Amino acid sequence: MVATREMPLKEYVLKGNAACAGCQDMVALRHAHKALEGDVIQVVPACCTSVVQSLWPKSGLAIPVLNTAFMAAAATASGVKAALKAKGNDTTMVMVWAGDGGTFDIGIQALSGALERRTDFLYICYNNQVYSNTGTQRSGATPLHAQTTTTWHGKTEPEKMLDLIVSAHEPVYQFTANTAYPRDLYDKFKKALEYPGPKFGHIFLPCPQAWNYPVEKGVEIGKLAVETGYWIQWERIGEEFILGRESKRFQDPEKRKPIDEFLKMQGRFSHLFKPKRDDKKIKEFENFIQHRWDVIMRAFT
Amino acid sequence: MKTELMSANYAAARSVISARVEVVAAYPITPATTVPEQIALLNEDGFYTGQFIRVESEHSAIFACIGASSTGARAFTATSSNGLLLMDEGLHWAAAARLPIVINNINRSVSPSWNIHVTHDDSYSKRDTGWIQFYVSSVDELYHTIIQSFKLAEDERVLMPVMINSDGFVLSHTLSSFDYLEPEEVDKFLPPYSPPHWVMDPANPVSHGNIVFPEYYQEFRYMMHEGTKNALKVYEEVEKDYKHLFGKYFGGPIDCYKCDDAEVVFTSQGSIAAEAKDAIDELRDEGYKVGNARVRMIRPFPVDKIRELGSRVKGFASFDRGVSYGFGGPVANDIRASMYHTKHRPMIKSYIGGLGGRDMTVTDIKEVILDTFKAVESGELGPEETWHDLME
Repeated sequence: MVATREMPLKEYVLKGNAACAGCQDMVALRHAHKALEGDVIQVVPACCTSVVQSLWPKSGLAIPVLNTAFMAAAATASGVKAALKAKGNDTTMVMVWAGDGGTFDIGIQALSGALERRTDFLYICYNNQVYSNTGTQRSGATPLHAQTTTTWHGKTEPEKMLDLIVSAHEPVYQFTANTAYPRDLYDKFKKALEYPGPKFGHIFLPCPQAWNYPVEKGVEIGKLAVETGYWIQWERIGEEFILGRESKRFQDPEKRKPIDEFLKMQGRFSHLFKPKRDDKKIKEFENFIQHRWDVIMRAFT
Repeated sequence: MKTELMSANYAAARSVISARVEVVAAYPITPATTVPEQIALLNEDGFYTGQFIRVESEHSAIFACIGASSTGARAFTATSSNGLLLMDEGLHWAAAARLPIVINNINRSVSPSWNIHVTHDDSYSKRDTGWIQFYVSSVDELYHTIIQSFKLAEDERVLMPVMINSDGFVLSHTLSSFDYLEPEEVDKFLPPYSPPHWVMDPANPVSHGNIVFPEYYQEFRYMMHEGTKNALKVYEEVEKDYKHLFGKYFGGPIDCYKCDDAEVVFTSQGSIAAEAKDAIDELRDEGYKVGNARVRMIRPFPVDKIRELGSRVKGFASFDRGVSYGFGGPVANDIRASMYHTKHRPMIKSYIGGLGGRDMTVTDIKEVILDTFKAVESGELGPEETWHDLME
């Protein structure tokens, strides 16, 4: 794994951008771009990044950014890639940077199309599990029992297992990452540079606004997501599945930290503990965690 | 230049080669389908050397064009009806991003009920997106107007996308001769695309489409309006150039036929406008002073040209193959609005018909024109709007 001192000093996420305090998206962008080192065109559909990256006439990122419509990120990137090819440029990375709504829900058709066409690009879904830009509405990525402004008493369904949908398109490289592990995230972007063809990265990132936790707790929550087994760190290079070393330790449910530690830090789950612990709902949440482990391991190993 | 015999759709596919289009993204829909089919074949056989993206929807087609054009490539797509409607978000986006994309929309009725034949409702409903809109009447005109449209769209005084509308089946699937130009010939008129403004380029990073607050947004919209309006003047130059280089001229935004001494002028868009010439000839033989004004461009609307015509005639018989539901014929209403602040106000009668591909023959057109003559001669306007050939 890269040592922190080996990462380029150059910053592509500039000071004075409009991100909220404690925004983990900025952590993801910062390390992604340090790995990509500038030879990239970033396509951004409607999402938090389209707001925080720039308020005209300023620009918060030191790379070319093309904003596009909510459901059109992967299609727009297909066009950018085709234009580069037409002009003889086969080296510049075309990267989509989309939220979970723009990926799991409204943008999934364009994503599927671009993957099926074997478009040589990197699609990143940064997943804060909610339509946070519009004020915290539930998305297909919102977890079971999470409160949002369209599920006031908690969501009644678990999140879509998007990674399995993506993997059915057989990308050349697919990974999950988590902003609590920025060096790992950096390495995965470096690796993405090595494989021509469709690539997909799914980044878990806590959101202090939507999840309702103190702004300095993002990394702690990100780590707890892995340590409770809620989030699984893995990579898939073609058919080869690699369970991330951070997650390997927590494959055995006995070794996982209690899920309460993860849930209790977040206001969106506070109703699970008021007036007293809702054992049934928390059990359902835990069951889904194990179910996801089972499905992932069964599908990929 | 060499003469070929092809359908309008096949000719449109050839225009992509002639204009050195770098990226095409398209999705099949009847009757536009044979455009992407032909481009695919030309691409696979090495005649079209640009990129062809076989997208999974029209929404993705227009946004792939937006991505390509934003990266400095010349981009094209073709569609019809529901496909154009699905593109709606992207049509507004392309115009506001000032991207010189060209679309051949092959006019087809909007569903339900399913009907694959011509009505202009699909493109009429996109009138206010900012796109420049042409309506053409022949295979040759379609082919050359596509090439001209890139020149028009890419002109820095305009920088607005262009939609060229051609009637489904009547043009799209009907063989006719056209004069094909090799890309080397077109180069003199339309050099390979190299935009002097922003593009997506890591060597010179810019953000495009950022948030703009109320204190600036309106100004961007004003510039779009100016750009579209400039298309009238710039198209005059484009056509002059084209005529000089290739001897082709299609009549400007309004192609007039026997209008000079006309008392009544028949206006229409698309293939009916070509058919109308025969009706005009027959009526002239019968002693009627009548002319044909083929409206080629509806956005920007050629207000001055309409006023010039209107200052000389007693009546317009304005025919729309589409409807603004609740307010009638879109072009007829634009003609009325153009004439309101002029001293001489001719009668303007609106006719709607030919919907869903219903035939508009010479006899039908003559009937419409004679109805206007009746109003002009009697001094009684009669109905402001008439649905032609409407079943009881």
